[in-house]
Amino acid sequence: MLVGHQPKEFLLAVEALTVSFDGFKAVNDLSFYVDENEIRVIIGPNGAGKTTVLDLICGKTKATSGSIQFRGKELTRMKENEIVKTGVGRKFQNPSIYDDLTVFENLEISYPRGRSVFGALTFTRDSAVRDRVHEVAEMIFLKDKLNKSADLLSHGQKQWLEIGMLLIQDPDLLMLDEPVAGMSVSERAKTAELLNRIIKNRSVLVIEHDMKFVEDIAHKVTVLHQGQILSEGTMEKVQNDPKVIEVYLGH
Amino acid sequence: MTDNRFFNRSELIGILVLAVFLVLVLPLTLDVFRLNLVAKYLTYAFVALGLVICWGYGGILSLGQGVFFGLGGYCMAMFLKLEASSVENTKIQSTPGIPDFMDWNQITALPLFWKPFHSLTLTIAAIILVPGIFALIIGTAMFKRRVGGTYFAIITQAVAAILTILIVGQQGYTGGINGMTDLRTLKGWDIRPDHAKIVLYFFEVGCLFVCIMIAQFVRHSKLGRILVAMREKEDRVRFSGYSVANFKIFAFCIAAVFAAIGGAMFALNVGFMSPSFVGIVPSIEMVIYTAVGGRLSILGAIYGTLLVNFAKTSLSETFPELWLFGLGGLFIAVVLAFPNGLAGIWGDYVQPRIDRLIASRKPKPEGWTDSSVADSAPAE
Repeated sequence: MLVGHQPKEFLLAVEALTVSFDGFKAVNDLSFYVDENEIRVIIGPNGAGKTTVLDLICGKTKATSGSIQFRGKELTRMKENEIVKTGVGRKFQNPSIYDDLTVFENLEISYPRGRSVFGALTFTRDSAVRDRVHEVAEMIFLKDKLNKSADLLSHGQKQWLEIGMLLIQDPDLLMLDEPVAGMSVSERAKTAELLNRIIKNRSVLVIEHDMKFVEDIAHKVTVLHQGQILSEGTMEKVQNDPKVIEVYLGH
Repeated sequence: MTDNRFFNRSELIGILVLAVFLVLVLPLTLDVFRLNLVAKYLTYAFVALGLVICWGYGGILSLGQGVFFGLGGYCMAMFLKLEASSVENTKIQSTPGIPDFMDWNQITALPLFWKPFHSLTLTIAAIILVPGIFALIIGTAMFKRRVGGTYFAIITQAVAAILTILIVGQQGYTGGINGMTDLRTLKGWDIRPDHAKIVLYFFEVGCLFVCIMIAQFVRHSKLGRILVAMREKEDRVRFSGYSVANFKIFAFCIAAVFAAIGGAMFALNVGFMSPSFVGIVPSIEMVIYTAVGGRLSILGAIYGTLLVNFAKTSLSETFPELWLFGLGGLFIAVVLAFPNGLAGIWGDYVQPRIDRLIASRKPKPEGWTDSSVADSAPAE
């Protein structure tokens, strides 16, 4: 599939990606590239297709046309759980955790072992699992809540728990959909600190509306509008782009 | 601690209590007729046990468990019927050596699919494999296409209806609406006298405990927790790298196999099998047993089955017309007021009192920390 000169290996290469829902193109001929160890933030007004882009990458929505290459593997033809195994992790917009299980069990399920039916039946909670769960729980500020039922957590803690579930999965590309939405100011600061700590050795793709937060973490920003890229570059460049100011930042 | 891969301490006590109840209390207090009735009720407990895993834990409501109960029951009944249809026993027929209903329907040779049921080994294999593979096919067809919830329940109902119609319509091969009656011996051992009924009762209870242990193992494995997780947030499980469909298929298959073992026990203990245990109504009744007992409780579902069936027998003798309304009312009441059934009532009201009673008698050991206080500490 390699055509012509490939200057650099991208971690994620999205090319000419299009998805149409009954003729409405939610994502229209979209192309962008994410480097190794890059934090990319996608911003844009409501309905710009931001969440749809994440849905397409993780396989929740099937693309109408175009390609998504992750480490040279074509994701558009793979099933969701296969995409996870190649190293893509996804956090949903609303905290998506298991309320009926404890924090420990929530994290344990995401531990990347015993993912087949037989593997899950014979899975043992050995010291490697326990150590890793404790390690991650400490990172996400939930160390003393491991045996608590997850539905007793606050909204912010639930968001952290889901981030923790992704960390334990250890993906090469971490996709976060509005990780600080609904958080208090102090929780936001802690989340920014958390994200800055966990991005080592992996790339992160974030959707976020909170411009202060975006400024804190982004290496590069992509602005989406009506399923297409309006602007792309550093935060500074994007903020000064007249098109962006008109459709998004201006109001 | 006695925690292991099968049960924790309180579950062990529950299992022992059930064992004492089924192995000692009931056989010592009931006459053979009543004990045989309990044996009949317990055949449904196998189905309820499967529904706890499949519906309670996995969130997959199957309204067609009668299909698997029936398949298991018919497999067993076919073996017993063949043994009862020896040439000697059937010499007055125009074709001796085949089951009587075949003879009445002008069938002159044993159909090919009946042949394996001459062998007890193959019959036992069939009791497990036929429903297991059938559930695998239905499960794969549905869950791989992401059919779930109400749609799945309706499809299982349709399968139950189809199988009933098939059995009734193919009278020459299946015994039709009358089913398979006049089952006599198992490998030459008469299953009809009282002492045989008692032996069969204990055999059934033994099988039930094996199934309880399997269910406990599944529940305590990571697979059990994945089922709960899937019931709540299917997408999260999928995007944590699991194939959700495969786990659903597994839960559905294990429920089917349990139901089939129950069906086989029914044929042995009750001595016949008919399409009236296959169709839509019995399938729904089986769900009601589970709901009343508590769909999240393995032991609750067994007590629920026994209780509803006892009520059914005694009430339907006295008020035959009213019983069905009573059953319907019971189901609505349980769903509205006690969604976790009897086990939920026990866990919410009775167990805490017992715990408090025990705790007040026992002195606090050294280094004792109250974990419930630590748990209820406010979140920062």
